[in-house]
Amino acid sequence: MALVEQGAPHRRPDRPHIFWTMRRRQLLWVWSFLAIPVLFYGVIRFYPTGQAFWLSLTDWDLMSEPSFIGLENYTRLFADPQFGSVFRNTFAYLIMGTPISLLLSFLIAYALDRVRFGHTFLRALYFLPFITTASAMAWVWRWFYQPAPIGVINDFLSGFGIPQLAFLNSTTWALPSIMVTAIWAGLGFQIIIFMAGLRAIPATYYEAARIDGLGEGAILRRITLPLLKPTTVFLVVFSSIGFLRIFDQVYNMTTNDPGGPLGSTKPLVLMIYQTAFSSYQMGYAAAQTVVLFTILLIVSLLQLWVLRERA
Amino acid sequence: MTTALAMPRINPGRILIWTLLFLGGVIMVTPLIFMFSTSLKTAGQVYDLRMIPAAPTLDNYVRVLSDGRFLRWFFNSTFIALTVTLSNVFFDSLVGYTLAKFRFRGRYFVFLAILSTLMIPTEMLVIPWYLMSAEFGWLNSYWGIMFPGMMTAFGTFLMKQFFETVPDDFLEAARIDGLNEFTIWWRVAMPLVTPALSALAIFTFLGNWTAFFWPLIVTTSQDLYTLPIGLSSFAVEQAIQWEMIMTGAALATLPTLAVFLLLQRYIVRGVMLAGLKG
Repeated sequence: MALVEQGAPHRRPDRPHIFWTMRRRQLLWVWSFLAIPVLFYGVIRFYPTGQAFWLSLTDWDLMSEPSFIGLENYTRLFADPQFGSVFRNTFAYLIMGTPISLLLSFLIAYALDRVRFGHTFLRALYFLPFITTASAMAWVWRWFYQPAPIGVINDFLSGFGIPQLAFLNSTTWALPSIMVTAIWAGLGFQIIIFMAGLRAIPATYYEAARIDGLGEGAILRRITLPLLKPTTVFLVVFSSIGFLRIFDQVYNMTTNDPGGPLGSTKPLVLMIYQTAFSSYQMGYAAAQTVVLFTILLIVSLLQLWVLRERA
Repeated sequence: MTTALAMPRINPGRILIWTLLFLGGVIMVTPLIFMFSTSLKTAGQVYDLRMIPAAPTLDNYVRVLSDGRFLRWFFNSTFIALTVTLSNVFFDSLVGYTLAKFRFRGRYFVFLAILSTLMIPTEMLVIPWYLMSAEFGWLNSYWGIMFPGMMTAFGTFLMKQFFETVPDDFLEAARIDGLNEFTIWWRVAMPLVTPALSALAIFTFLGNWTAFFWPLIVTTSQDLYTLPIGLSSFAVEQAIQWEMIMTGAALATLPTLAVFLLLQRYIVRGVMLAGLKG
C-alpha cells in the first residue's frame, strides 16, 4: 500500500479495480478460448509429427525399447525392391487418375453449367457417388469386375463377343480397374467445384467477348480457362493428393491378397499399413510415412509456386 | 411467333449435349442401381443381371439385420460422426472467430501453427496416435476413434474466413450492451455465419461417416467397428455371396443417400463454399 501512495500519488486509491482493463479482460477471453485448441494441436498434431520423425530413425517392434539406428530405415527403404514397385504404383494412380478425372469433370461441368432443363436432376446423378462410402462401393465395383456370368462388365462385353478380361486378377488391369473406381468416387466433387469456379466468372466478360465477335472456342481459351486457373490448380493438387494417398479402394478390392495380384496395385499407404500393423516394424513404417509427407509437401509447394507465377 | 422465338434454344446441338450428359449421369449411378437391385434378389437370381428384380424380396435385409451387428455399426458411425461434427462446429468456429476478430500478441503465430498442420498427412500421425491410444487405453473405444478429428485446421481456416466478413460494429454494439465475449460469439457472431457452419457440418459429418483408415487401425473388436469397417469385414466373411454383400453395401449407403436427397441444395452449396474458400 505504501508503494502505491509513494509511487503514484496522483492515482485514485481504487486502482486495483482498474487492473482488469477492457484490454486485459479481452486477452483473458482470447486465451481461454484458445486454451483447449492450443493444447489439442500441440498434443494431437505437433507432438505426433515430431514423434513420427524420431521413430523413423529407430528400430522398433513394439516389444522391446526403440533403438536409434540413424538413417538406416531410409537406406533400407530405398534399397527395398517392394518400395520400388509401390512407388511406381502410387505414381501410376496419380499420373493416370488426375488428368483423366480433371478432364472428365471439366467437360461435364462445362456442359452442365449451360443446361437449364433438368439441371438439378442431372447434377444429382453426377454428385451421388461422392457421398457414398468408399469401402461399400469398392465391393460393388469388385463385383462388377468378376468374370462372367457373375461380373456385369464381362457379361456386357461378352454380349458383343469381346473376350473376358481378368480385371482384378490381372497384374496389368487390376491397377487401372481400381483407379476407375477411385475416379468415379471423386468425380462429383470435382464437377461441383468446377461449376462453382465457372459461376464465379463475371457474365460481363462473356458479354464483352461476344460483342467483340469471339466464338465459343475462343471464349473458352481466352476467358474461361485463364480465369478458371485457381480452381484448376486447386483441383489438380486436391486430386493428386487424393491419388497419392489412395487406400480404401485398394484395401477393399484386394482383401484376399492386399495390394495384389503380386503387389501390382499396392500403393504407399497400404505398404505403410502393412509394415506398421501387420509386421509391427514401427520405425520402418514411420520412415515410409516421412517419405509420403515429403512427396505431398512437394506437390503442395508446387501449387503455391504455380499460383505465384500467375500474379 | 412465340415458337419461332423459343426455337433457337432447342437446337439439335443442345439436345445432343443433354442426351450425352444424361447418359453419363446414368453411368455414374449404375453401380448404385445394381447394388440396390441385387440386394432385392435371392441368391439364385444374382446372375440374372436384370435391373429390376423379377421377384423383389427384402429377405436379404432381414438376414443381414437379424444378428444386430449392422444396427450396432450404424449406431457407432452415427454417434461418432455426430460427436465429431459438433466438436468441430464448436471449436473450429471458436478458434476461427478468435483469430479473425481479436488483435493480440501471438495471433499470427497461432494461425500459422494451425494452418501448417494442413501439410501433415494423417498417415504420418497414425503410428504415434496408435501408440498414444495404446498407452492411455483408448484402443477399441469411441474416444479412440474420435480424438484425432475433434478439431481441424481446414474447419478453422474456413470459419476464420467467414468471421472476417462479419462487421466489427455488430460486435462492438453487443460489447456496449454489456454482453460477455463468449455470448457475443455464440449469440451475435455465430448466427451470421450459418451457411459456413452448415458447410463445415456437412463436410465433417460425411468425412467421419465414411472414414476408413484410422477406424480400421484403432478398432479390433466388432462391437466398436464403424459402418465402413464393419461392412468390409462382413463382405470378407460372406466370400462370394454377392447378394448379401450388396445388401450390406446398400445399408451403408442408404443413410447418406436419404440425407442427400432431402438436403441436396444445402449440400451442394456447402461443398461449393468449402471448396472455394478452403
